[in-house]
Amino acid sequence: MIPVNYFLILSIILFVLGTIAFFVKRDLITQFMSIEIMFNAANLAFLAFAKSAGSLDGQIIVFFVITVAAAEAVVGLAIILLIFQKKKTIKSEDIKLMKG
Amino acid sequence: MAHFLFFLLAIICIASVLGMIISKDQAYNALFLIVAFVCMGGLFGLLEAPFIAAVQIIIYAGAIMILFIFVVMMINLKKGVGQEKKKWTIYFAVVIAAVLVVELVLTVKGALEPASSAALEKLGSPTDLGRLLFTKYLYPFEITSILIIAALVGAIVLVKKRDNE
Repeated sequence: MIPVNYFLILSIILFVLGTIAFFVKRDLITQFMSIEIMFNAANLAFLAFAKSAGSLDGQIIVFFVITVAAAEAVVGLAIILLIFQKKKTIKSEDIKLMKG
Repeated sequence: MAHFLFFLLAIICIASVLGMIISKDQAYNALFLIVAFVCMGGLFGLLEAPFIAAVQIIIYAGAIMILFIFVVMMINLKKGVGQEKKKWTIYFAVVIAAVLVVELVLTVKGALEPASSAALEKLGSPTDLGRLLFTKYLYPFEITSILIIAALVGAIVLVKKRDNE
């Protein structure tokens, strides 16, 4: 059987890679994708802990995280599309103002 | 066998996330991310969560990434966005990542268990998961459906063409 520690270490690696991607990439869509990677790393940690605790509650939490992430992706992508329609750019450094 | 599968999936997952960081094309980024999510589904399966693995592949690798690819197609930049001219964000990212690694390792170290205690009883099947979802977690489940309706309506209202413009 695979030790749970391996999954936790993989989860740390993926979360940190997602953070790096968020700061290195310059367009809103890819930054959004790196947020999804971080979500997934957190889900992996949840499932690893659920397995080591022998409880199903962690899996339920992951289920809710996935549904909320789906709703969040819908709204976030709609906002990105709106920004592109208004400003003709999706580079994050071009979007500095809350209004205008 | 399970070890081999774990390392294979982990390496593919990390490699595709690295490919996403390196590649500049958004469509390739989305495809790399699909590979990463499918591998993650396999890892969820290795953690005795077959239902979550199926949900991961159907919702993440299917629905959410289809949305991403549709948005990439609708935005349709001729060439990739390109890297930032200022290099300091990369150094900033490395510093943040180093701090985050130290923090996470320190946090998780307390939770790491000796490898010998891996022999546990079988986790629940999808049947148990569904039963738990409709008894103990009934209210969060229903609230989630309201959330999804709200997100749907919100997305339509946001993107809809206004008549007065």
